[in-house]
Amino acid sequence: MLHQFLTLFWPSTVDGLTVGAIYALVALGYTLVYGVLQLINFAHSEVFMVGTFASLFTLHALGVTSALTGLALVGVLVVCALAGMTGSAVTAVILEAVAYRPLRRRTTSRLAALITAIGASFSLQEIFALRYGRDIQTFPRVMQKTVLFHVGSGTVRSDKVLVVATALAMMVILDTFVSRTRLGRGIRATAQDPRTAVLMGVNIDRVIVATFILGGLAAGVAATLYGTFYEVTQYNIGFLIGLKAFTAAVLGGIGNLRGALLGGFSLGLIENYGASLFGAEWMNVVAFVVLVAVLLFRPTGILGEQLARARA
Amino acid sequence: MTGRSTIPARALRVGLERARWRTTVAAVGVALVAAACGSTSPTTSSGSSTTKAPSAGALKIGFFGALTGANAQLGININDGVKLALTQYQSKGKGPAVTLEEYDSQGDPSQAPQLAQKAISDHTVAVVGPAFSGESKTADPIFQQAGIVSVTPSATDPTLAQHGWTYWHRIVGNDNTQGPAAASLIAKKLGAKRVAVIDDASAYGKGIADIVRSTLPTDGVTVVSAGRSIDPNATDYSATVDAVKAANVDVIYYGGYYAAAGRLLKQMRDAGVKATFVSDDGVNDPKFVAAAGQADADGSYVTCPCGDVTGTTAGQAFTSAYQAAFHVAPGTYSAEGYDAANIILTAISGGSTTASAINSYLASHTFPGITKTVKFDASGDISGGGIYAYQVKAGSIVSLGLVSQLVG
Amino acid sequence: MNAPGSRRGLPAGLSARWVRLRLGAAERKARLPDVQGWAADAWRRAPRWGQWLARLAVVVLAVLAPANAIGQIMAPASDWKTILFYPIGVYVLLGVGLNVVVGQAGMLDLGYVAFFAIGAYTMAVLGIDAHLNFWIILPGGIVLAAISGLILGAPTLRLRGDYLAIVTLGFGEIIQITATNVSFTGGPQGMAGIPHPPSIDHIGFLSYGVLDPRPYYYLVLALIIVVIVVARRLERSRVGRAWAAIREDEDAAELMGVPTFRFKLWAFVIGASIAGAAGVLFSAKTIAITPDDFPLLLSILVLSAVVLGGAGNLPGVVVGAFVVAWLPERFRGLANYRVLIFGLTLIVMMIFRPDGLFPARRRRSSLRAGRTAASAPVAAVNLTEAETEAP
Repeated sequence: MLHQFLTLFWPSTVDGLTVGAIYALVALGYTLVYGVLQLINFAHSEVFMVGTFASLFTLHALGVTSALTGLALVGVLVVCALAGMTGSAVTAVILEAVAYRPLRRRTTSRLAALITAIGASFSLQEIFALRYGRDIQTFPRVMQKTVLFHVGSGTVRSDKVLVVATALAMMVILDTFVSRTRLGRGIRATAQDPRTAVLMGVNIDRVIVATFILGGLAAGVAATLYGTFYEVTQYNIGFLIGLKAFTAAVLGGIGNLRGALLGGFSLGLIENYGASLFGAEWMNVVAFVVLVAVLLFRPTGILGEQLARARA
Repeated sequence: MTGRSTIPARALRVGLERARWRTTVAAVGVALVAAACGSTSPTTSSGSSTTKAPSAGALKIGFFGALTGANAQLGININDGVKLALTQYQSKGKGPAVTLEEYDSQGDPSQAPQLAQKAISDHTVAVVGPAFSGESKTADPIFQQAGIVSVTPSATDPTLAQHGWTYWHRIVGNDNTQGPAAASLIAKKLGAKRVAVIDDASAYGKGIADIVRSTLPTDGVTVVSAGRSIDPNATDYSATVDAVKAANVDVIYYGGYYAAAGRLLKQMRDAGVKATFVSDDGVNDPKFVAAAGQADADGSYVTCPCGDVTGTTAGQAFTSAYQAAFHVAPGTYSAEGYDAANIILTAISGGSTTASAINSYLASHTFPGITKTVKFDASGDISGGGIYAYQVKAGSIVSLGLVSQLVG
Repeated sequence: MNAPGSRRGLPAGLSARWVRLRLGAAERKARLPDVQGWAADAWRRAPRWGQWLARLAVVVLAVLAPANAIGQIMAPASDWKTILFYPIGVYVLLGVGLNVVVGQAGMLDLGYVAFFAIGAYTMAVLGIDAHLNFWIILPGGIVLAAISGLILGAPTLRLRGDYLAIVTLGFGEIIQITATNVSFTGGPQGMAGIPHPPSIDHIGFLSYGVLDPRPYYYLVLALIIVVIVVARRLERSRVGRAWAAIREDEDAAELMGVPTFRFKLWAFVIGASIAGAAGVLFSAKTIAITPDDFPLLLSILVLSAVVLGGAGNLPGVVVGAFVVAWLPERFRGLANYRVLIFGLTLIVMMIFRPDGLFPARRRRSSLRAGRTAASAPVAAVNLTEAETEAP
């Protein structure tokens, strides 16, 4: 058991960080919406799913069938990412307008919002299942998976580097946006105290839409990375990723941007270490037990939950 | 919409609503009266309806399995085979009239009981199915008690034969024959020394993988501890891939279905694992090649109790008729579905028009089908029932013949 | 754009459109006839014998429900008598149980199916391996589910709302994964050959066989009635008032001297034991169970049933559970579109009746008083609106 863990330590670390990067990007969407609305956006998993389909269709439209290199590769990846981001962000905005905004005006019940989110999640999944079938859709290989170097027995591949580096870059951009820009200040103000924010002249509707867009953009990037890395998608692909990302957000401290990053990477590592210790079938059990343990000692996650205080 | 136009619309709606209310109230009233009458003598009401049954004319046979939902493809394949058999039977114009009822269980064991009960109230005499092992366990006890013949073309759990169900039949080899066949293929044909056995933690996948796990050591093959179960709904299998890579094996055996198998194999190959991939009939599907990619899938083996029918004239006739009727090539278990339906229809045209007559006809006759010659043993399982090997060559899954002949 | 807002002395950021929409909604609401309020008033004004007569009528209707004539209307493409037991009866029982946790004590539980699974596996393991009788296992399953509720609840109930949601969700997953991976539950194959409750021969509604689902329906109906009576008593007792206080404002309840943790744990344990009972019953009817019978989706469906019906209001929850269980069976013909229709229904229902088909009475009164609960920023935002409406 321990021997297995030691042999697999470096491969587990490399792969844990890779999958963790995707969790972290998706977790951003949960964390932003939660920070502002204190609402679990259960349908965020479908925002991610739509993003994977958007980048898949873009690949088909561009006629990519085999691996690319150099400028062509960069160009295709950027176009795909833009498509994924557009698809996800538009979905997030539609969700907000159709499922959440009418409720915000009518009720104080967050339970009702959770149920509409579940309803929206079901509906989006089924629309894609009916339109594109329930089988997995495969991506063409866009990027050659070449081994760059080894860390211990772990292999670092070009596509893994792409995933982690892009995720980190996206994180930095978002963090800067939220902490430096006027709209970002509005988001933080609303997260801290919506009433006072309104009195201070913050347009809450705009802030909320912006929050959903930002979460959607991050999910779109994650979707494109997911597509180039795993090369598959499916109508229900979002469910499990969403569940993991939400767990990651809570682990890091939901409502906290840096918490999402930390939570994502931690969850990826915990899962892979757990699998090497106890076998892959117990992976999710290990992840949830660690989550409960963390929450018992830090009831609001590793970094605490204030979006507003992320920079304080 | 202007204010003026809303008024008549609203009035109309109120009127409609009133009318609907009236009918609803009436319907509820009627229902209550009928219920009151019905519930005073439940036994007589059900008894009288049984006597009514033959007057309906046509005998009913059923298909039981998933036709919608995530696992529908296998069910659709079988159901199309059944429909083809029935159409051919009807066009011959001999024997009593027969119609088909479809019981769409979505492959869900908790939905199976109400559909089995529905088959009873439909007076269905025989069903092709249930398609999966899970739903078989909740539906077959009901078929047995009600005396409805079931012939499954695809539920391969060995324990199904051990319940003493006399109305239950199966026309494919079960996992107790497929597992050892896969093991001997791995040990003797591929000459493997170290094997990783992985499954998808499903009843089917883990069942067959466990049999492979326990059979391989008797052939002198080491089964490494790496791998074990994966979550078929997940996409990231890096933990399993890393463990298998470190374990340095010749062959990877996977028990489960094609979608996860394709993803797993692709990630194995991307990580540089070169071991030969061997799997089961759940992976015997062109979509496995699509999911893994042709380059990665080539050279992989799958075993299946389903035979390749394209080699015989009867099989070729079936394939072209199927193609003509449904505009697709027969899928996995389409031919078995066709055979299962033909077995029931042969019994009916042989003069058996009740479930118990069909049941005794099945027990005492041999049926030359397109996949194999079917003879049932005392438990309702098929006698013999060979396992066939297939290999992915240049992107298509081609038959290698019986495993027993391959390993000599 | 901001002019009307400024006239009311509002901050410039608040859009006028919002205020207009908001007022429009209030006006529209006022015009709707308050059927439920009328019914509630009528019920309160009715004499005691009248109330009992109404209750009796509902029970009689439930007893007559399995009749074929009703079945032909309610479930033409399925077997009505069977679906009356599962999913309908079992969902109603689970809904009433989850209502204690979600509707009365206000805790969000996304892993409720775990306790249902524990009950079901208790029945399967003890029935098959120990050859025990259903009536002995039933209390056993209830106690075991209650203990699991205690074990899960004791460390986690100090967590705030949404953290509890993810922890319970994780617990549901853990139970399902464990059932799949350990051997005494039969692994992914599950367990087959679960014994039925012992029959009393020659009495139709007490002979528990394979073919006739009606005895099981009457059993679950009896259990539902017992559980509803208990839940009603609890709701009107000191415990119920404590739950309501916790639900409306936990901090305030704590300050007023309510031992919130203990009462939350009580709600959790009671909810768990009801699910345990439902599990034992489900298992005894269905002959074979597998871990796949207890997916996260089931927790979500039961939660939707509770919220759809009107969390905290028992008749509402019963209707909600009935609708959630029955609709997919009724519309079997639309098989491919069932989930889509269900999803859209959830959205539409929640937008037009955010507090459920039949909102709980305590909540209704707070609604009329102008939405006082302010635990969430969403609520706070609404509060700002409410203030802006005041002249």
